[in-house]
Amino acid sequence: MFNPIQAWRGFLERENDDRVKVYGVAILVAFVCAIVISTASVTLRPMQNAHLEAERQARMDAMLDRLPSMRTIMEEAGVDALETRLVDLASGEFVTDIDPDSYDVQAALNDPEQSVAIPPELDVAGLQKRAPYAPVYLLQSEGALLLVVLPVSGVGYQSTLRAMLALEADMTTVAALTIIEQGETAGLGARIEEPDWQAQWQGKKVFDETGTIVIQVVRGQADGPYEVDGISGASRTGNGVTNMVRYWLGDHGFGPFLSRLQKEGL
Amino acid sequence: MTSLMKHISSPLINNNPITLQILGICSALAVTTSLTTAVTMSLALTVVLCLSSAVISLIRRHIPSVIRLIVQITIIASLVIVIDEILQAYAFEISRQLSIFVGLIVTNCLVLGRAEAFAMRNPVLPSILDGLGNGLGYSLILIIVGSVRELLGKGTLLNYTVFTPVADGGWFEPLGLMQLAPSAFFILGLLVWLVRSIWTQQVDVPKFGLKAQRSRS
Repeated sequence: MFNPIQAWRGFLERENDDRVKVYGVAILVAFVCAIVISTASVTLRPMQNAHLEAERQARMDAMLDRLPSMRTIMEEAGVDALETRLVDLASGEFVTDIDPDSYDVQAALNDPEQSVAIPPELDVAGLQKRAPYAPVYLLQSEGALLLVVLPVSGVGYQSTLRAMLALEADMTTVAALTIIEQGETAGLGARIEEPDWQAQWQGKKVFDETGTIVIQVVRGQADGPYEVDGISGASRTGNGVTNMVRYWLGDHGFGPFLSRLQKEGL
Repeated sequence: MTSLMKHISSPLINNNPITLQILGICSALAVTTSLTTAVTMSLALTVVLCLSSAVISLIRRHIPSVIRLIVQITIIASLVIVIDEILQAYAFEISRQLSIFVGLIVTNCLVLGRAEAFAMRNPVLPSILDGLGNGLGYSLILIIVGSVRELLGKGTLLNYTVFTPVADGGWFEPLGLMQLAPSAFFILGLLVWLVRSIWTQQVDVPKFGLKAQRSRS
């Protein structure tokens, strides 16, 4: 007859250097620690997400504040926030049957049924997969599109970068780039969070005359409208930003959506 | 009772983990640019230290010596992750400022040092008090360094303006150096000097020296 209490006592009474005890203690400690951590993580997750969401909103507001005259245009148009729409990335059309606010990109990405694998040759940003739909934020005044803000992400040197890229109505001039999330080397790559660095993006062109994506973060000094200064000591973070922008503006990202907007308008 | 209180009082100055044992320097440099972050870090470390000492002391008789370090580190790391999650949920701004340094409490030699040197060999209550004392000793130094750096570097304390900087029409010229990591070394060095000039028994006797010096002494 197996008696659990007896067995437990027997286990504790074993010599500390006994092999069963060594493995047993290791497994028990790992198990208890794992349970404690997962409980803490799961119960606190909603509060952390609320903070992240508030921070994202604040950064979006800060980005709008940095764009000259954007606030005045918004006031004239009578809107105090951007309009959120959901875009089917493959076709470039708006998705109308899902509420954009309730669409969870992260959940769609984690769901193997929904997520779309990115072909390796197109996967410059190292993402491997993406959600089928993506939210975009539009600013329009009397039917004319003034600004479109695209959420982009990509792999940097040692972390996933997330950013908001705002394009002007011509769909090629950058109005702003705001890094929302990064975990790059402090003091080097992490400097992409500095407003001074992000401010350089304003007015840069992403496409050349032929419609090829040419924008890039270069090493050292930038030259011309298609280049942004790199941060010394952080060339791989700079490449990460370049690849992120290139992937999301490319044919597998927002490319179809942008060319549709350019041709047909909203 | 007095022997128990000694666990708390001795690490404050006589056996201070930073100025005497020179442990935990890395985080002492990184998080002391302002008093707020220094206080939060001190709190986080003290809580981790007390809890880890308690847990390790509780199961000390059943930790096989061959895997004792890994068991200690697992327990400490789990506590640190939980504390980090709590900070992210309830003190988001501060957790952003502390960034990776909360996670790096795991590698703070102070925590593992107390676990290995004290909690493995002593009952629960003295272990908790020892953790508390060492945490307070660490906090004391962090708070001193943090106050000096924030006051001289920005003219503020806990974000309240104490000295009005020149830029806002006052007389105080902020010392940019105080906001950089090396200044923490300078302040720590001065503190160690101060402590060892008052409590002279802390002065290390050189183990090796030049022949001439040795013969003279």
